[in-house]
Amino acid sequence: MTTPLVPNLTLHWDDADSHTLTGYQRHGGYSALKKAFTAGADGVIQIVKDSGLRGRGGAGFPTGMKWGFVPQNDGKPHYLVVNADESEPGACKDIPLMIANPHSLVEGVIISSFAIRANHAFIYIRGETPHPIRRVRAAVAAAYQAGLLGKNIQGSGFDLDVVVHSGAGAYICGEETALLDSLEGRRGQPRLKPPFPAVAGLYASPTVINNAETIASVPAIINNGADWYKSYGTEKSPGIKLFAVSGHVKRPGIYEAPLGITMRELITYAGGMKSDLPLKFWIPGGSSVPMLTADHLDIPLTYEDMAAAGTMLGTGTPMVFDTSTSVVKAVIRWIEFYKHESCGKCTPCREGTYWMVDILKRMEKGKAQLSDMDLLVDISAQISGRSFCALGDAAATPFPAALKYFKEEFEEVIKMAGAQA
Amino acid sequence: MTISEQTKIELRELMSRYPQSRSALLPMLHLVQSVEGYVSQEGIEVCAVEVGLSTAEVSAVASFYTMFKRYPVGKHHIGVCTNSMCALLGGDNIWRTLSKELDAGHDETTADSMFTLERIECQAACTHAPVMTVNWEFMDDMTEQKAAQVVSDLRAGKDLQATRGAKVRTFKDVQRTIAGFDDGLVDEPSIDASMLAGLNEFKNSTKGGK
Repeated sequence: MTTPLVPNLTLHWDDADSHTLTGYQRHGGYSALKKAFTAGADGVIQIVKDSGLRGRGGAGFPTGMKWGFVPQNDGKPHYLVVNADESEPGACKDIPLMIANPHSLVEGVIISSFAIRANHAFIYIRGETPHPIRRVRAAVAAAYQAGLLGKNIQGSGFDLDVVVHSGAGAYICGEETALLDSLEGRRGQPRLKPPFPAVAGLYASPTVINNAETIASVPAIINNGADWYKSYGTEKSPGIKLFAVSGHVKRPGIYEAPLGITMRELITYAGGMKSDLPLKFWIPGGSSVPMLTADHLDIPLTYEDMAAAGTMLGTGTPMVFDTSTSVVKAVIRWIEFYKHESCGKCTPCREGTYWMVDILKRMEKGKAQLSDMDLLVDISAQISGRSFCALGDAAATPFPAALKYFKEEFEEVIKMAGAQA
Repeated sequence: MTISEQTKIELRELMSRYPQSRSALLPMLHLVQSVEGYVSQEGIEVCAVEVGLSTAEVSAVASFYTMFKRYPVGKHHIGVCTNSMCALLGGDNIWRTLSKELDAGHDETTADSMFTLERIECQAACTHAPVMTVNWEFMDDMTEQKAAQVVSDLRAGKDLQATRGAKVRTFKDVQRTIAGFDDGLVDEPSIDASMLAGLNEFKNSTKGGK
């Protein structure tokens, strides 16, 4: 049986005013907030725990558990920080969400802040995207106007201020501790963990950092209950997710579906392959997770099944490439990206990405030797696990992953270019 | 050019939004760019005085972030994504076309100061590849022809609409939006077929089921 699409966050995106308070409230927007106040902070955390919601930013950490790590009655201010610094190659779900449905994010922010006892929340939006910044700022302003933000929200006694913050062009700031440094007005470099942000995050106070889609998913869970959410997906990967399918398909775009849908189903929903060329490889969730091939199209898109297949669900934004694609070129551009975005803090990542690009460029110019492939594998291994943050691991991913399935193509490029030189 | 008293008031307004004023530094530098067209030395000095840091500390922050430019940007900033997805779907050709058309390379400004061209990294719009930006507004689903048309329309001073965003203004104008000041353009239509792809598919299938 085909997995059906389940529009939840996207259900009213075809309303002309889906981004406004009126448009959001027409379909029950902000009704979850009242239920949250009734359930109480611990009640909300319990519902989110029970729902099994996992972080939609890539790591898939259980959201309710993360909230539970925040120490209570510690006398310190708590902060909620929304990571909307969407920058991973392939990832393109949070930007459309903020354009089309910013109030789901704002309502999610209020409920989540209430749960973790934060009176101050920040939405860190990627700087290069003025339109989501406009829309989220307007949504926050409208929420203040309607008494949904500020002091004593709806008579609950709960106060919350929300700041919409713009980044300035640094992929690394999607890493949660680099994001915190950036939000403190510093260079966005990752911090060593522990201490984890739940204990010492923004301004050294307990902080929860969640992806924008994660937070926007909260109101529907509160409204419909944990059981409703768990009725979708699998036991370990419950719920619904935004899948942004890009590349060589006929209708690239946003497809909201339960976890566990397969890539074959998503490609079918997207109208099939673009020029009816066969699929060559695909990547489940951003360039930092290993690629798969046509042999893996029927594996459920869940955290656990992707891990078993040797990759990760990541951001759940699959990139599809047909046989017209040079895997060598794709890999070079991804590594160049990681070189550009390496913050320079850790030597293996800073130097490793530099040398990998150098060698790959050599390959492109026909000056490489077959032994350079071993060298690239070696450098990848030297970066992986030897840097503060996941950017290093990400940089070490594309080449070995591509080599696993397309070694001959790399060899051919080296030999052919060599012959031409 | 000098940073006016009015701008300093706005810089302080940004600082007042945060529990700790240094948190406003990125928005403040965006605001400086909206006034100066780049992060000038004077802008750095003003921010340093306002936040209470040394100019070296502010420079260290400014130089870390790709969006902060240390030389004047043209009236319009043109970005062409050449990361893997866009490059393979035509971004490389768009880059070559525009680079030739403008006689400018990566991070270069045309002699008439109209355009600054930049090879940008993934713009979080892969479903709309190949992607180009004008003053960071999305120009989705580009072709070489469409990209060349965008440039010639901008040259001719014609009105231009971003595909998912606002009408095109100048680099400085949009920097002000990014810094966190309203521009009244929030309601411009910006939902397209790709964003509705799944919803439309769902609606079609439920219709068929009845």
